Amino acid sequence: MNFTLKIWRQKNRTDEGRFVEYTVKDISPDASLLEMLDVLNNDIVRKGEDPVAFDHDCREGICGSCGLVIDGRSHGPNRGIATCELRMRSFRDGNTIVVEPWRAKAFPIIKDLVVDRSAFERIMQAGGYVSTKTGGVPDANAIPIPKPVAEEAMDAAACIGCGACVAACPNGSAMLFVSAKVSQLALLPQGQVERTERVQRMVARMDAEGFGNCSNNYACEAECPKKISVEHIARLNREFIRAKVAG
Amino acid sequence: MKSLVKFFQSSVGKKIAMSLSGLFLCTFLIVHVSINLLLFVNDGGAMYNEYSAFMSSNVIIRTIEIVLFLGIVIHMISGVWVWLKNRASRPIGYDTYKLSDNAPLSSRTPMLTTSAALVGFFLVSHLITFWIPTRFGAEHKLPYVMVSEAFSDPTLGIFYIIAVAFLGFHLKHGFQASFQTLGLKTKRYLWLIQSLAVIFWLLIPLAFAAMPAYFLWFR
Ligand code: HEM
Ligand code: SF4
Ligand code: FES
Repeated sequence: MNFTLKIWRQKNRTDEGRFVEYTVKDISPDASLLEMLDVLNNDIVRKGEDPVAFDHDCREGICGSCGLVIDGRSHGPNRGIATCELRMRSFRDGNTIVVEPWRAKAFPIIKDLVVDRSAFERIMQAGGYVSTKTGGVPDANAIPIPKPVAEEAMDAAACIGCGACVAACPNGSAMLFVSAKVSQLALLPQGQVERTERVQRMVARMDAEGFGNCSNNYACEAECPKKISVEHIARLNREFIRAKVAG
Repeated sequence: MKSLVKFFQSSVGKKIAMSLSGLFLCTFLIVHVSINLLLFVNDGGAMYNEYSAFMSSNVIIRTIEIVLFLGIVIHMISGVWVWLKNRASRPIGYDTYKLSDNAPLSSRTPMLTTSAALVGFFLVSHLITFWIPTRFGAEHKLPYVMVSEAFSDPTLGIFYIIAVAFLGFHLKHGFQASFQTLGLKTKRYLWLIQSLAVIFWLLIPLAFAAMPAYFLWFR
């Protein structure tokens, strides 16, 4: 397959940046979008130019490193997959594909398509953890958890922290990410100790990082590679109200 | 007090203020539309005039009116505040941006902001046309006369019909959204929220639109 690519190039954080057009030829329909970019980069390097920088690691949809806005959609046109899982057969032969980085004030561009997502790390540091005493491993059945609750917590825990929700949201809001991280702990007995503090600290950090407010658009849910439900956002709001009333 | 300020400074807190004030305004709409339906009673406006007189003289109603103004102010301030922060959160936009088809038109940013701005504009002009004359006007026209005169003007009448259509749009988004914001929207209660929402985004706007339409075309 052959494609014309319109890719965002930006030398560093302060560079203005611009789109550059490239063409790639003889791409396998089974190649992932990232593999297609690898092919492009081989060509670019051969010409002695600077290859396109993009984030990636596991290339199997579990690490959350990759993430591009492709033809106006976070992680491309297909639902429930990350950019690394997107196959070129999802595009029409000969088409132009627009590839852009996540755009948000809280995710400044480092280079080309690579953005700084450390804002997510700082939100996690603010409260996305449980305190445990180190020591012997406790018996797995010592803390009974109803199956539906465990399932719900597991669904929230599927979030890979990729930032596609922020990128898709018209308000650059991180509510889906934060709600997944609050939910996975709020649902479980182990998360109860910091429950009240956690939600307040994580929301405060989220606001300080410059993410926008949720306006119940649900674009996040549609673009999330792990199909995290906006029901978790309702839970986050509930947890926040509970914390204010309880604390 | 300090914790209250902190509450409203947070993104979630602002949304909660917006949803509570919005839902309060929704309850007001029920009262407002119910009384205005008396316009359709075929008695030359006698009953409508009577209720209007009661509404503008009763102490309890006058007190609620102050709360209502507060609600409008809180709703507008939090709305504009949220909108400003949201605009600032993506200083450089996308070349190609296709908002996924998850959200109905009424919830998408252009429609949401347009409908909110129009409803706000309408609200102010509405108060100028009807509320200020009844409260502070020198000459006291009977309310029914005032309404029928106003709505016999096609420009004003059609403006009202368009405005309540946008109110419907605003509430199509707003009513269900407020339950999400308050953490009450779960799969279990979705049907209930969506059914109640029809009252607010369809039935009430239709009833309101019927009023200028009646005076313009059916009388
Ligand atoms: C009769 C008048 C109004 C009613 C009944 C009403 C009702 C509501 C409700 C229930 C919400 C949902 C809150 C949420 O998302 O949690 C809402 C949202 C909103 N309203 Fe209103 N509203 C009214 C007038 C206005 C006016 C005049 C403005 C203009 C400033 C406005 C601006 C907004 C905005 C910007 C939102 C934000 C939506 C979001 O971020 O999700 N509203 N409204
Ligand atoms: S909620 Fe979904 S889109 Fe957002 S960071 Fe987690 S996995 Fe990515
Ligand atoms: S590279 Fe790990 S999720 Fe895509």
